[in-house]
Amino acid sequence: MKITLGPAGPSQSFARLVESLSGEDLSKCYQCGNCTGGCPVSFAMDIAPSQVIRMVQLGQEETVLRSNAIWRCVSCLQCYSRCPKCVDLSRIMESLRRLSLRRGHEPVTVYALPDEFIRRSPQMALVAGFRKLVP
Amino acid sequence: MKIPYYPGCTLSTVAQDFDRSARQSIRDLGVELEELSKWNCCGTSFPLTPENVIGLAGPGNVLIQAKKAGGTVSTLCSFCYNTLRRTNNTLKSDAGRRDVLASFLETDGLGDVKVLHLLEVLRDQVGFAEVKAKVVRPLKGLKVAAYYGCMLLRPADAAIDHPESPKIFEDFLTALGATPVDWPNRGECCGSHLAMSETDLVKRLSGSILSSAQACGADLLTTSCPLCWHNLVKSQEAILRDEGKETVLPVIYFTQILGLALGEGPEALGIADGVMGAGSVLKAKGLWPAAVPAGGKA
Repeated sequence: MKITLGPAGPSQSFARLVESLSGEDLSKCYQCGNCTGGCPVSFAMDIAPSQVIRMVQLGQEETVLRSNAIWRCVSCLQCYSRCPKCVDLSRIMESLRRLSLRRGHEPVTVYALPDEFIRRSPQMALVAGFRKLVP
Repeated sequence: MKIPYYPGCTLSTVAQDFDRSARQSIRDLGVELEELSKWNCCGTSFPLTPENVIGLAGPGNVLIQAKKAGGTVSTLCSFCYNTLRRTNNTLKSDAGRRDVLASFLETDGLGDVKVLHLLEVLRDQVGFAEVKAKVVRPLKGLKVAAYYGCMLLRPADAAIDHPESPKIFEDFLTALGATPVDWPNRGECCGSHLAMSETDLVKRLSGSILSSAQACGADLLTTSCPLCWHNLVKSQEAILRDEGKETVLPVIYFTQILGLALGEGPEALGIADGVMGAGSVLKAKGLWPAAVPAGGKA
């Protein structure tokens, strides 16, 4: 993937926005990769969890907000419990989901969900899913 | 002893066996679960971004009811537990969010409720030694995989035990006379709310939990989360159907296994018979009441 850095370095505005939404300090991350190593879903992500942080630092807004990684993160907090710098990546992922939803992305279309699923699923699956995946 | 109890939505609907088996078996231990007189959905997932104060209103409201009931509340569902505990922690430590929410909910004194999972009640208030003393049907020879999942262990300040090397669930099973198996996937995620959007991914995540428990010799897997239960059971059904596997690992709630050890019948506890239910395993182990009549006169 080609990343273009301008003479003045990457734009910091996206990183600042994510920091303000998540309350997390992105500069604490030194790319050890523990989050990616412990993540149960990283095998199915187009960008690994540690790469998500790096790309936000580098202002790669479009790539990150269009990734499937932010939707496949289930907030299990394995990353946070193993991070040597106590970066809560789940908050960063949640901020990115909210930014993506605000820009009109719709990962789950509620009316397209099968009736069978709505009837048989535990309420908590619906409530949690709606809170995470629906604008 | 009476203890305020928050059942939550799922236990009132699709996971009634979990609720019923808990009320009955904890009564056998001399504890009464007193349902909060008024409660609402906790919102299931804790709102992760600090700006999302409105997401704290649901669990905040439950905590207000808990405070009216004496300041302690017990839960069974792992998600409810996690959301209520983290909300209380946040309201305790973050004056900004506490003040906004207090003004919205027209209350004060948020952030000082003690949120307990029932396993904590059993360990700290009843005591596992006392549980063991009340066991009338020791689950001898039954190898059980204690599945913690995410919400009982993470984050560390809301965990019921050490997040990386917990033992509360294993100690609980040992008190019942069962043999907890040592297995690596006990704190891995089952796929959670991806049940809504990515069932193939959930099948893979839940499948690796099931096969890990089986490879380590488990006869049964036990959980405290209705969403884990749903994902594990539905994934297993799909795996059996699509991949032609024949070995089944029944999944049951920890309160059902508690009730069984305390002498309750499988029907009262909602333990399903048949291949997918725990019945066939329990029969094979001589732990199904038909094989062991009350009083132990087999």
